[in-house]
Amino acid sequence: MSTTYADKTASATGKYVGRAVDRVDGPAKTTGEARFAAEYPYPGLAYAALVHATIPRGRLTAVDTAAALAVRGVIDVLTHENAPPMKPAPKVSFLDLSTLVSGTPVNYLATDEVHWNGQPVAVVVAETPETARYAASLVRPAYEELPAAVDFAAEEGNAVPQKGNLISEAAADKGDAPAALATAAHSVDLTFSTPPHHHNAIEPHATTAVWDGDRLTVHEAAQNIAWTRRHLAQRFGVPEKGVRVLSPYVGGGFGGKGSVWAGTLLAVLAARATGRPVRLALTREGVYHTVGGRTPSTQRVALGSDADGRLTALIHTSVSRTGRAGGMGEPITAGTRHLYASPNIHLRQNVVQLDLLANTFMRAPGESIGTFAVESAMDELACELGLDPIELRLRNEPDRDPVGGQRLAHRRLREAYALGAERFGWSTRDPRPGVMRDGRWLVGMGVATAYHPSMRMPANVTVRLGADGTVVVRCGLQEMGMGTATVQAQIAADELGVPLESVRFEYGDSDLPSGPGAGGSAQTASAAAGVLDACDKLRRTLLGLARRVPGSPLRGVRPEDLEARDGGLYHAGRGQTYAEILAAAGRGHVEAESRAGMLGFMVRTLRERRQWVRAATGAQFCEVRVDPDTMEVRVSRWLGVFDVGTVINARTAASQLRGGIVMGIGMALSEQTLIDHRDGRIVNASLSEYHVPVHADIPRIDVQWLNEPDSTMPLGLRGIGEVSITGAAAAVANAVRHATGRRVLDLPITLDKLMG
Amino acid sequence: MKPFAYVKPADVEAAIQAAAQPGARFLGGGTNLVDLMREGIEQPDTVVDVTGLPFDTVDDLPGGGLRIGALVRNSALAADRRVRERYPMLSQAVLSGASAQLRNMATVGGNLLQRTRCPYFYDHASACNKREPGRGCDALDGFNRGAAILGVSASCVAAHPSDLCVALAALDAVVELRGQDGTRRVPLTDFHRLPGDTPEVETVLAPGELVTAVELPPAPVAANSRYRKVRDRASYAFALVSVAAALEVRDGVVTDVCLALGGVAPRPWRATEAERLLVGGPADESAYRRAAEAELAGASTRRDNAFKAALATATIVATLRELSTGGDPR
Ligand SMILES: Cc1cc2nc3c(=O)[nH]c(=O)nc-3n(C[C@H](O)[C@H](O)[C@H](O)COP(=O)(O)OP(=O)(O)OC[C@H]3O[C@@H](n4cnc5c(N)ncnc54)[C@H](O)[C@@H]3O)c2cc1C
Repeated sequence: MSTTYADKTASATGKYVGRAVDRVDGPAKTTGEARFAAEYPYPGLAYAALVHATIPRGRLTAVDTAAALAVRGVIDVLTHENAPPMKPAPKVSFLDLSTLVSGTPVNYLATDEVHWNGQPVAVVVAETPETARYAASLVRPAYEELPAAVDFAAEEGNAVPQKGNLISEAAADKGDAPAALATAAHSVDLTFSTPPHHHNAIEPHATTAVWDGDRLTVHEAAQNIAWTRRHLAQRFGVPEKGVRVLSPYVGGGFGGKGSVWAGTLLAVLAARATGRPVRLALTREGVYHTVGGRTPSTQRVALGSDADGRLTALIHTSVSRTGRAGGMGEPITAGTRHLYASPNIHLRQNVVQLDLLANTFMRAPGESIGTFAVESAMDELACELGLDPIELRLRNEPDRDPVGGQRLAHRRLREAYALGAERFGWSTRDPRPGVMRDGRWLVGMGVATAYHPSMRMPANVTVRLGADGTVVVRCGLQEMGMGTATVQAQIAADELGVPLESVRFEYGDSDLPSGPGAGGSAQTASAAAGVLDACDKLRRTLLGLARRVPGSPLRGVRPEDLEARDGGLYHAGRGQTYAEILAAAGRGHVEAESRAGMLGFMVRTLRERRQWVRAATGAQFCEVRVDPDTMEVRVSRWLGVFDVGTVINARTAASQLRGGIVMGIGMALSEQTLIDHRDGRIVNASLSEYHVPVHADIPRIDVQWLNEPDSTMPLGLRGIGEVSITGAAAAVANAVRHATGRRVLDLPITLDKLMG
Repeated sequence: MKPFAYVKPADVEAAIQAAAQPGARFLGGGTNLVDLMREGIEQPDTVVDVTGLPFDTVDDLPGGGLRIGALVRNSALAADRRVRERYPMLSQAVLSGASAQLRNMATVGGNLLQRTRCPYFYDHASACNKREPGRGCDALDGFNRGAAILGVSASCVAAHPSDLCVALAALDAVVELRGQDGTRRVPLTDFHRLPGDTPEVETVLAPGELVTAVELPPAPVAANSRYRKVRDRASYAFALVSVAAALEVRDGVVTDVCLALGGVAPRPWRATEAERLLVGGPADESAYRRAAEAELAGASTRRDNAFKAALATATIVATLRELSTGGDPR
């Protein structure tokens, strides 16, 4: 695979690529034919339910299972006293990225230690799910409690510098930002806070686990089956090739299914212990107690500028948390490195360790909450300067990466803002706060920049062409509803010049060539690189076959000059159909493979990072209405203009972008996980009390894209899964500031923060 | 959930008989009871499904009132033409609650008896005097943004969650009850009890007593009425504060008013003090504000819910202003 894709981007819009074709999995999902992890029937299937700890930290002194075992239909109750052993989670290593998939190093049921309130301490297996849940309620753990630190606000002072890693540095310094801030003509210095969040995918995590000797089949709601497979093999000490993880359909993940959590391991363990196929479908509350969410944060953003609004100092520091039981250090300032030109930049990330469930990736980890702080501060600086907030951003648009100095692969924020301002009617905005009205409603308009890095992961892909013209593309990636299967089929159809209907894309099965996980907005680009490469190889193989046949019109044609169209290969009006080529060669099919070695991939990635900074960017425009009596905030209009490179499928792309904005609106106005400061218990572990936006909260969302290919990415495309949540909360906060004159620094922006 | 017996009696006597057993619970739409059973908070031995009983109609009463059967579904109540014309606030209150699917299931009787949404009530791991008398109350010093500020006690600050009941409280509704000793009638404002030191006793309903109907007296003032619900998202959330108000103004003077509050008290809160101050006074914003502030003067707030007194005041003022100007509040 080459670093640039200039050749491919020229033909970025093909017969299918760029078109809003229907999802290939649409009929299966709408008819209910699509099976999710908790829907696979097995003879003798048993059902598991978890018992959760009710203390934050301590040791189990006993687990009384007598009452649970006495319930008719209970098969077994597993505790740390009788559970079969499980190996500890492997240490994280960048040479084996599957080590990243362990949600927490806590070895459930192999330990008497309790590390968080809600940790599973027993598993009940029964003949029906109802019996399992009822019996689980009868299990009585007894504890010796130990002191626990669970209150983020109280522990914040104990934060220590966060460690960086190969692909995410935790600190940056350029010039002397504190000194520049002190002497700046204009400045703002603000402290923001954001609460913990949870993903709340519509499908709660579920696992169906079936052992056959040392062979294991797992139907799983997963974002990364390849890593899950390797992890399960390691934890249960069985050969990796005997483990099969199937995840063809996933009901949303958003990062919450990116790791292996208790439900998965304990379902497999329960199946091993009982010798029965076991299904464990978490309750919603169970998801909160066993699957990490997003860290809370406190962030300081200080900006200094000259009289014209050119930044002279940019400071962004953060405190987030990890768990003593593991967890991801959220890269909160990661996006800030790349946003604005400034001679002086100071970035720091700190973490405090708490006795809570490990937190994890959640939509755009880092940038989601980081852009809330930075983009709110930029807006405040614009107010301070009396400058239009778009103009302030344009004045500070960098030509090269502000910290690293690399080239920006493709950056069209100026164009995004220009198009957005025009479409949104930005010129109608009266810059004075609190003066725009619609009847009694106060009206406010805000903008913010969206930013998310474009990444790629290794992908192995095979493409098989049959004599009947059918194409089978195989890659063990996952479809969580984004449209992945559809867009890869579109790409393959164009690359081989066949009708979309004749392409079958197989995915979601770890027996397939191992594919990229659905994470980091990297899956489409990663898989596309593999599909392009495999299709290229396939065409070359076909050409080779054709050229060997005397009289073939393709004799002497070079691969670069081939055109794949109408089910065949052509050059200058002459060519052959695939059926003809295969028939002449006496072959029933041909197959080609694209393989990406992990080591080579990492080396290339690191090299490219020194060369390019690649990102999806965008301009978020938000209009709010605020009730002047009650201070209720309602988002009344939204426009997002994104620079995401080539858009493969307008329909699925628009859904992805809108979905991110909806989540951004939730983050801005209503979402927060309440963790009791006394015992670390999650208090609102339900969809009734954790407020994701409902339809009535969401206006029509206009999404636009510039559709200019990024010549450094396959097909010129960039990931679009996460960019649209970034900047969204700031755009709301900025609109609220405009409507009311009040700057809310603490998410979510609930009405009480605007009263009085 | 704990295994239980299920019966569906065909007549009211049989239902009352069945519910007289200890550990029996009536089942209406099940939208609250079944949830609580799943959480193990309600653990009935017998569930007595009353949806087969003939209390599912809305009937005219002489003089313009309405009798609403206890088994009328919330959505049917909200859609009833007479309700919409005579008591618009009642229809609005119902429609502001839950979701369409839930309203299609939920009954009037069940709505009256739905239990608090205090998160500590819902979680066995935490202390709740309502769930386990004497265990303590984690809401007092925990998350209490949704908690009540009027009528609370040292043992419980849980708010009553119903929207429907707030409108019923404003409308002088009377609840009809049938028990083994016959029928009795209780004003809705006396139906729910304040927590005191027995927060587990939430209503005056005797064990096994069945709600059969709710009666609304004629109330011409209610033709000009409104239910205003303030919450954290535009739909599908319980009230932070809600106001049910009906207002009659003649020559700039308030001649009649009905006012009740939701989200602020352990029961639907009839704002009698505010009503007293309003009647005969000027129909202007400062009079509304004085009355509202007087009603909330006794508010007892905690860490997270201090805003509710001001929010309730603002919402009362806004609602009365809207009713007196006849205009759109926006
Ligand atoms: C997600 C969600 C959101 C909601 N949002 C709102 C909201 O915003 N506003 C709001 O007001 N409500 C809301 N609700 C609550 C809903 O209104 C109630 O659950 C519903 O009204 C209860 O009626 P039901 O018939 O289903 O009662 P059930 O669940 O059947 O019964 C509830 C209780 O009433 C008792 N009972 C039922 N019928 C009788 C009777 N005739 N006589 C004596 N006792 C009886 C039962 O024994 C039980 O104790 C919400 C509920 C859910 C699940």
